[in-house]
Amino acid sequence: MKFAYFPGCTLSTKAVGYDVSGRAVAAALDMTFEELPDWQCCGATFPLATNNTMALIAPTRMLTRAQEADNHVTTLCAICYHVLKRTQVFLERDPEALERINWFTEEPYAGQARVSHFLELLRDELGWEALAERVTHPLTGIKVAPYYGCLLLRPENEIGLDDADEPRILHDCLAALGCEVVDFPYKVECCGSYLAVNKPELPEKLSQEIVGSARRHGAQAIVTACPLCQFNLDYPQRPGGAKGAPAGDELPVLYFTQLMAVALGLKEDVWGMEGHYVDPSPLFDDRD
Amino acid sequence: MRTRISADLVRGEFVVQIETISGENLLACNQCGKCSAGCPVAFSMDLLPSQVLRLAQLGIEEMLGSQTIWTCASCLTCVARCPKGIDLPRIMEALRQITMERGGNCLEVDQVSPEMMGEMPQLALIGGFRKFTT
Repeated sequence: MKFAYFPGCTLSTKAVGYDVSGRAVAAALDMTFEELPDWQCCGATFPLATNNTMALIAPTRMLTRAQEADNHVTTLCAICYHVLKRTQVFLERDPEALERINWFTEEPYAGQARVSHFLELLRDELGWEALAERVTHPLTGIKVAPYYGCLLLRPENEIGLDDADEPRILHDCLAALGCEVVDFPYKVECCGSYLAVNKPELPEKLSQEIVGSARRHGAQAIVTACPLCQFNLDYPQRPGGAKGAPAGDELPVLYFTQLMAVALGLKEDVWGMEGHYVDPSPLFDDRD
Repeated sequence: MRTRISADLVRGEFVVQIETISGENLLACNQCGKCSAGCPVAFSMDLLPSQVLRLAQLGIEEMLGSQTIWTCASCLTCVARCPKGIDLPRIMEALRQITMERGGNCLEVDQVSPEMMGEMPQLALIGGFRKFTT
């Protein structure tokens, strides 16, 4: 199987470890990613005002590229996924807006492209049992807390990936890798998102609560599908960070694809664990 | 602060403007408070989300000075919980747009510390500047 893949701005730069591990894992599972040609940033926010035409142009262009590539695009970044999926749903429901944008872009987007998150492909195209069968190095004994954040799930009536209050998809993925999955009450709480830009003290405070809760529930690591959640939870725990955890109490924040790369026995150079503020590698020290 | 309410304000231009930009019906809110109860950043707000909505219903423009509209992260928790189906982040977006149309950007590049500028993921910068500038 091959899937058209939209990396997005952050996976090409700051979160390159997510991209590297994601591509490697997909290839190992015979679900190879083919980078969408001529892609550009999706805009990173879905416009909430009714005068949304301008903000929808970039994601619509990406949907048009998807249309040319089997009418399907998959993503790893939860925010790209959110923006592309909501744009797709909005244009499908509003033919007038679609016509207006097509007039501007001079491209014939038909409003029907499928937007998926890689987790969805793992669940629906591969299946958790099949994934478990491919695991060569089960992560037995590693306690991980799946953290979904906001935009991967909400609003449920547009995104529809999973139940927005009691999601399972990341839990099931990690269980298939052999991890001990720790459910914790902050799994769908907001990390503070782009408030990192104007009020960085807020994500720091939210991060303390989320990470603290995961720790109290026995987790050794937090696992996410979003590069902004990853940053907002990881960065405040950096060495010397003012609001960091007591030394030795830090929890590494990993992408699910990184754990998959380990569990599938892929080479360490595709684990993509260099860019973390809290080094996750001690988790895997005792493993071959 | 003494707040004067009137039918003229409730039916006034400010309310129309918020409803036009947000696409939401302000009077659908019956002030149950679930948005404020569930909001993860309510602890740092000067007005609770439900109070912002109440003042918007009443057409009280002074509410635009509140920090709450710059504190909402559009996490959509309130949308998931509102029993009346109101999309409050859309109303916050309308209030931000109205404020910035009157007074310009809420955020300038030099307000972000060089350290954060270097460390932050690109999508936070793009998202933040799209939300807080015109």
